[in-house]
Amino acid sequence: MIHLEYILIISAIMMFAGVYGFLTRKSTLAILLSIELMLNSTDINFAAFNRMLYPDGHEGYFFALFSIAISAAESAIAIAIMINIYRMLKDISVGKLEKMKW
Amino acid sequence: MEYTILILLLPFLSFLLLGIAGKWFSHRAAGLIGTCCLAVVTILSYMTAYDFFTMPRTAEGVIEAMPPVVNFTWLPFFAEGLKFEMGILLDPISVMMLIVISTVSFMVHIYSFGYMHGERGFQRYYAFLSLFTMSMLGLVVATNIFQMYLFWELVGVSSYLLIGFYYTSPAAIAASKKAFIVTRFADMFFLIGILIYGYYCGTFSFDFAGEARGFAAGGFMLPTALLLMFIGGAGKSAMFPLHIWLPDAMEGPTPVSALIHAATMVVAGVFQIARLFPLWIQYAPDTLHIVAWVGAFTAFYAASVACVQSDIKRVLAFSTISQIAFMMVALGVCTEITTGHEHPGSLGYMASMFHLFTHAMFKALLFLGAGCIIHAVHSNEMSAMGGLRKYMPITHITFLIACLAISGIPPFSGFFSKDEILTACFAYSPAMGWIMTAIAGMTAFYMFRLYYGIFWGTENKQLHAEHTPHEAPLTMTVPLMVLALITIFCGWALNFGSYVSADGRDYQIHLDWSVAGTSIVVAIVAIALATFIYARDKQPVADKLASQFSSLHKWAYHRFYMDEVYQFITHRIIFAHISKPIAWFDRHVVDGFFNFLAWGTNALGFEIRGLQSGSVQKYAFVFLLGALLLLFIMII
Repeated sequence: MIHLEYILIISAIMMFAGVYGFLTRKSTLAILLSIELMLNSTDINFAAFNRMLYPDGHEGYFFALFSIAISAAESAIAIAIMINIYRMLKDISVGKLEKMKW
Repeated sequence: MEYTILILLLPFLSFLLLGIAGKWFSHRAAGLIGTCCLAVVTILSYMTAYDFFTMPRTAEGVIEAMPPVVNFTWLPFFAEGLKFEMGILLDPISVMMLIVISTVSFMVHIYSFGYMHGERGFQRYYAFLSLFTMSMLGLVVATNIFQMYLFWELVGVSSYLLIGFYYTSPAAIAASKKAFIVTRFADMFFLIGILIYGYYCGTFSFDFAGEARGFAAGGFMLPTALLLMFIGGAGKSAMFPLHIWLPDAMEGPTPVSALIHAATMVVAGVFQIARLFPLWIQYAPDTLHIVAWVGAFTAFYAASVACVQSDIKRVLAFSTISQIAFMMVALGVCTEITTGHEHPGSLGYMASMFHLFTHAMFKALLFLGAGCIIHAVHSNEMSAMGGLRKYMPITHITFLIACLAISGIPPFSGFFSKDEILTACFAYSPAMGWIMTAIAGMTAFYMFRLYYGIFWGTENKQLHAEHTPHEAPLTMTVPLMVLALITIFCGWALNFGSYVSADGRDYQIHLDWSVAGTSIVVAIVAIALATFIYARDKQPVADKLASQFSSLHKWAYHRFYMDEVYQFITHRIIFAHISKPIAWFDRHVVDGFFNFLAWGTNALGFEIRGLQSGSVQKYAFVFLLGALLLLFIMII
């Protein structure tokens, strides 16, 4: 029997790995991957809580599905933006994006 | 008589059309539009006058003012009591003014065809003429003092626009600003007077009989209000010491001077007193006499200045001031409204209106004649003229008629009206009568000095050889002839007193031969003196007099330095000691405070702008710290 705590530990590790990546990586693509990591950790939490605490309901699974769909769309948009940025700047590291400040 | 509303609407429409779409019209079309509108307005004014004066009189033989033909409440300030109305009031003086304004304006419209021919901004000129005509007509038919004030200011604006018509000439710009500022300054008193009047009497209406209770309640404040309103009128009518704008206003085109600064607008002050006459005579007769003395002094001052000016339009301007002062004096010497007398106490009212009527005609004629002369020699100075009678016969004859009229020689119109004024003055006090008779003599003198200087005297052969003076085109001479005919006939053929008098009764004008005889003798002596001094080629007497009394001559030539006095008061006293400290306070204290606020905000923003790095990762880090802090607080 896998306990809820094990799953939560995994998702917490994923979450903070994502946070750490988001804060430290310079490449926009890596930041996007970090965001995906954070989203997926919450998806795991949704599924795990549903499975362990409320086995009769399905809301958690549906939330996870919605979240996956939205993150897919978001990734598509983010990558499109990155391609455009790349075309303009020949680079996608966040340090070069200061042009948009002013 | 609902059609009277058209008298106001037509010039207004013409103004809108020419003002907005003027540049798409040819000069000819624009002039024709303006002139045709004015022709219709003139016809309607004459119809109004006919309809009005043929209405049955009341049982006592009084011409009553009609209830307002058009009336609507414009600003209902309070549920009951004070409200501002707009409408058209027809009574003897407003109908008389309709005739004067539309006739002179029509003549000026026709005349301007020739005078302004080929001028840049021709359409604009006609648009402004229409605007002026509309405002002046609106002023005279006002049903209440507030409407009058509204149109009063409109008249001031159109006068400003027309004086500054040649906007490339600095002198014209300065003159227009001067006219506007001086009259505005006077109008401020007018407005204060109106407000006091409205506050204490509770009405703005000209329906004096219906509002009698309010006036009694006004008490002491009513004469004060009337005096303040007179200051406004003195500004418009160029009474001393507010006359300084009128001579400068001659920078405008000459037909404009004829229309605005001789015949119509400048008599607005006289009209205002005449309009409020029942109040003056009943509640403020002593204040009314102040008007008389102000007028008498102005008449003398302007006449003495006119004797030495060399610019023909300036002479005419000072003569206008002097003649308007005559009208003021005539109103001021009224003592009571009585009937049955041979010379009732309110004879001056009729005399003033009569003189207003005749003066408008012959002064417009003089100005239009001066316009023809300026058109012919391209100069305002008398030195460029002399001997013009050979070149310009029509102008010469009509100018002579007008000079005779203003000098008071029968049978020209000015004689009859001036005689009534002098009779009224003698009835008030013999001193006033003699003063005014003497000033009438001065009038004859300076008018004939002008006449001889232009048409006789030394001819400026050199100038005339370069450019031979020629008679003006027909569009300019026809108005002269029409106005000359009016000047010849309206004195004796028109029984003015039966239409306009203080109490509305039929007053038969009769000449008092002791007064009339004196004034004729004085006028003839003055003309003979002018002939003796100025009619010859050389003018030894004039030169000798000028050198004998050189300081007096210099003072009079510089208009007794009134402009310099104003300059001193405004620049040295008001600007230096009042305006400058206020400007300093404004610039350093008021502006300084707000500049400090702006500077502080700017500096603060400059300091903290580093926080807005634009880097999402930094924001996310701060966000994370915040979230952890919240978590920490929640756990504790």
